[in-house]
Amino acid sequence: MDTIGMASDVRILPAGDTAVVVQFGEGIDRSLSDRVLAVSDRIRAAGQPGVVETVPTFRSLAIHYDPLVTSAAEIAALVRGYLEGAHAARPLARLWTVPVCYEARYAPDLAEVAARTGLAQDEVVALHSGTRFHVYMVGFLPGLPYLGDLPEQLSLPRRTDPRVRVPAGAVAIAMRQSVIYPLESPGGWHLIGTTPIRLFDLSWERPALLSPGDGVCFRPIGRGEFEAIRRAVEAGEYMPEREVLAR
Amino acid sequence: MTELFKVLAPGLHTTVQDRGRWGFQDIGMPVSGALDRVAFRLANALVGNPDGTPALEILLQGPTLEVVAESARVALVGGGAGLEIGDETPRSVPPGESVRLVRGDILRVRPLGDVSCAYLAVEGGIAVPPCLGSASTYVRGRIGGLEGRPLQAGDVLAGARPSVEERPERALASPFDPGFGQSIRVVLGPQEDYFTAEAVALFLSSDYRVSAQADRMGFRLDGPVLAHAKGFDIVSDAIVSGSVQVPGSGQPIVLLADAQTTGGYPKIATVISTDVPVLARRRPGMAVRFEAVTQEQAEALRREEEARVRGWIADVRLARRGGGVDVETLYSANLIDGMIDALA
Repeated sequence: MDTIGMASDVRILPAGDTAVVVQFGEGIDRSLSDRVLAVSDRIRAAGQPGVVETVPTFRSLAIHYDPLVTSAAEIAALVRGYLEGAHAARPLARLWTVPVCYEARYAPDLAEVAARTGLAQDEVVALHSGTRFHVYMVGFLPGLPYLGDLPEQLSLPRRTDPRVRVPAGAVAIAMRQSVIYPLESPGGWHLIGTTPIRLFDLSWERPALLSPGDGVCFRPIGRGEFEAIRRAVEAGEYMPEREVLAR
Repeated sequence: MTELFKVLAPGLHTTVQDRGRWGFQDIGMPVSGALDRVAFRLANALVGNPDGTPALEILLQGPTLEVVAESARVALVGGGAGLEIGDETPRSVPPGESVRLVRGDILRVRPLGDVSCAYLAVEGGIAVPPCLGSASTYVRGRIGGLEGRPLQAGDVLAGARPSVEERPERALASPFDPGFGQSIRVVLGPQEDYFTAEAVALFLSSDYRVSAQADRMGFRLDGPVLAHAKGFDIVSDAIVSGSVQVPGSGQPIVLLADAQTTGGYPKIATVISTDVPVLARRRPGMAVRFEAVTQEQAEALRREEEARVRGWIADVRLARRGGGVDVETLYSANLIDGMIDALA
């Protein structure tokens, strides 16, 4: 059985007097993310007074606290207790299937990505839609998931000329990651498809569809199905496929 | 819900704020909320509201409002010049003092003076539909407040009460001190090891200035460039209120209420929670000097601040206006209970 991490390889760093950052390592990889998410789950479950919220990121966990109720020292002690305990790999909670249209008008950078990676466009689509992604974190914009790991063959640096406007639903790649833009925004990643589903909606109790730790697969769809799903989403009659896995 | 004010002039950037939208940073939602939580709390206390009641945050230049409710009570904290009321025979109300207004009164927030932000609290609060449990406006996300945006001329602000009772007005016992002379205390980290030792020393010994690029997201500072020791890209991690991030330019940026929840630049230090409002009050061009404290000291300073603010609220006195005041009558008017509510 793996442990979440001995105290020696984990750093508990100060972020002022309202947060501590538990840093598990330097890179982006699944084992670090699983440890981040496992500690996040345990902190939330502990319900320690004064713990305001936890924010998992790629390789660290921010724990926001109220300094009038608790202290960094108390939170560090809580965290150390979890680090020394054994843990099984964190089970996948939810596996989502996200429909994506990779046709040219929905994928303005697909041809360029294919040219720069030396792959056929079909191969780019097959690699992207054949990967089971992990939601490392949600950030940059409300509801924007950072997904990994993108196959090495598709890894490209970000665009040198970021776009001023990337439409909502754009599916993009850069480095070893993929993202889905929940709202129209500026963006510097390569746009290789578009999903008709909604990732962010304030009328939902939890307004982001995806959470850190979720799994995501992309399913290629044609233009006809794209438009049909989009109409169903607008009518409030579509929910993406979701498999809930045992925890 | 009842209509309280009609907005005749919106001011530069006037928004509805409360203590912020907590609990959603893990899905990328900034916290927002009042930049200066102390002035916000005092303004609410003066009108008898519990802390956290939605109020107007005024940046740089305030609004002009017409009272459309039968009556309303307001207080401004943070601004230097207070309020001007009326039309033909304007009267003025100093900052840090409550006042009862009646239908047809024109309320103008006078120039804020040196401070960048002030709070206009209304008895009963400003009513907007809560979004994820908060009234705070997050303008970039078009979320919360009044349609997710700053006030515009012609808007009508709603509140909980159609009228307020006549009772003695309340005032802060001493003028609200914005703390311009004091240094801004920071806890080094979480990534001070991304900077050279010289850069850390420079950061703590130099005079910085709030640049013109200052808004609710953060203040970019002008001053000595800070050299990174191992590049300026980190694996993105969480941002907190007060994070001092240093991008490739080497110019520090202090992140504030509307900052993104995560970022990919190293953070040399974090402004302590006690001093975030002190910094947020400063205008572009004003000096900023940093001083390092430990996390434990920062926690102790915050507890001291809490005691100080509670003291200011407990010391709220009756406003000396309109001739003699019969203190006994006022006490029997249940003023004390109101103040205890405000402390709760």
